[in-house]
Amino acid sequence: MRYSGLRVITEGLFGNKGWTPAWRNPAPKDVYDAIIIGGGGHGLATAYYLAKNHGLTNVAVLEKGYLGSGNIGRNTTIVRANYFLPGNSEFYSHSMKLWEGMEADLNYNVMHSQRGLINLFHSDGQRDAFARRGNSMINQGDDAILLDREGVRDLLPYLDYDQTRFPIYGGLLHPRGGTARHDAVAWGYARGADKRGVDLIQNCEVTGIDIENGMVRGVQTTRGPIRAKKVGIVVAGRSSQVAAMAGMRLPIESHILQAFVTEGLKPVIDHVVSFGMGHFYISQSDKGGLVFGGDLDFYASYASRGNLPMVEHVMEAGMTLMPMIGRAKVLRAWGGIMDMSPDGSPIIDKTETAGLFIDCGWNYGGFKAVPASGWCMAHLMATGDSHPVATRFKLNRFATGHILDEEGTGSQHNLH
Amino acid sequence: MRLNCPHCGPRDRREFYYYGSDDYLTRPAADAPPAAWDDYLHNRDNPAGILRDLWYHEQGCTAWLRVTRNTVTHEIMAVEDVAALRAGAAR
Repeated sequence: MRYSGLRVITEGLFGNKGWTPAWRNPAPKDVYDAIIIGGGGHGLATAYYLAKNHGLTNVAVLEKGYLGSGNIGRNTTIVRANYFLPGNSEFYSHSMKLWEGMEADLNYNVMHSQRGLINLFHSDGQRDAFARRGNSMINQGDDAILLDREGVRDLLPYLDYDQTRFPIYGGLLHPRGGTARHDAVAWGYARGADKRGVDLIQNCEVTGIDIENGMVRGVQTTRGPIRAKKVGIVVAGRSSQVAAMAGMRLPIESHILQAFVTEGLKPVIDHVVSFGMGHFYISQSDKGGLVFGGDLDFYASYASRGNLPMVEHVMEAGMTLMPMIGRAKVLRAWGGIMDMSPDGSPIIDKTETAGLFIDCGWNYGGFKAVPASGWCMAHLMATGDSHPVATRFKLNRFATGHILDEEGTGSQHNLH
Repeated sequence: MRLNCPHCGPRDRREFYYYGSDDYLTRPAADAPPAAWDDYLHNRDNPAGILRDLWYHEQGCTAWLRVTRNTVTHEIMAVEDVAALRAGAAR
């Protein structure tokens, strides 16, 4: 069924009885050409682009729970392409272009809103670093505008400009940055993949990966064995467990990242704003809730909930930056399980097992990467080669020294 | 989360600096092959369950501690002094 404004009006006139499910609920077949383990944003996007770009439609997505039940269903929904390092820069630039065409491509409203992202800076040194980053973004073909203090005040009059501890010197405005409706991204890719013949199989947990003579043969699941010569692991925070089924030990540590949503308020924050000194970022959802978050809790965890010190830290950072939000009541908080890599950059690569591929290490920035990750993982699985914008996301880069340390803090697990 | 420091008693998580898995206690020999160093520095079992990891009591006794805990429930099973563990192993 194609969605359109006319369709909405017509259905409204006739009692909304004509809507059909957005995807089928098929039983798993015995054999597929390719299997994607993980029905989150990245897995569904991979399946979609396998079908659309490479004509591979005999594909199954195996999801342990329900589609989009992981980090794609709970994140701070920020979309941006403000990366600096070659290797990251072209990848996120490609992702941004895919975001801009996503709704037309998927025939699905993902509420992509390019409201502009402003990263604040608070010292001369930070201004220099942001000017350099902005130039790098412009050289990549994206947009960046360096704002001085008054320029920021024009856009964000509600910040605390009087405080002396972290004075606001200015900000780097990325006009094409913004937000999107996170669930809709998963649903849009799911519907698009299903329409092209991909089987989306829910409540199907992979319990083993079958390997013979160094080649993948298929997977064992709670709904029986399924054979395939190509298998992609796209399971975010659970990457280490699934990779262990293939005898792999990954450069990944799973950490907890908390985020928060307040009660619905009238429109007050028009952009995505990040605080350069306190690791705090905030935007306002279309429903009116302030959506914000901060740093990791900084210890390995699968608990899907964090501890109070980071809650306190995030609230303090928010109050320091914009005291007006102090009276908003927090409605929800949650913790997502982040697949942290030592250098803070992702992995999209082959493994030592022929036919087995892995897409992981998205740290706390996987949402904006969903389209390009799916695009590049599909390219890798279909052709056997890395896509030109994802050539540096190698699994062995820590051994070879080709690290991608965007923050410049080092290649070590407790630093990102 | 509170850690029961063997020297200081139960203390708030904020007093501790987190380092990571206790893989760091099994340092390869200086002439070990590069693969052993890569594995030591980067690769992790990353269990969903019982993990032993290293915490530094930065705002307390400044001891390095090995914590045995459950990464799914945040339950703390044991907190041991790394120096004492090493002395025990050497004896």
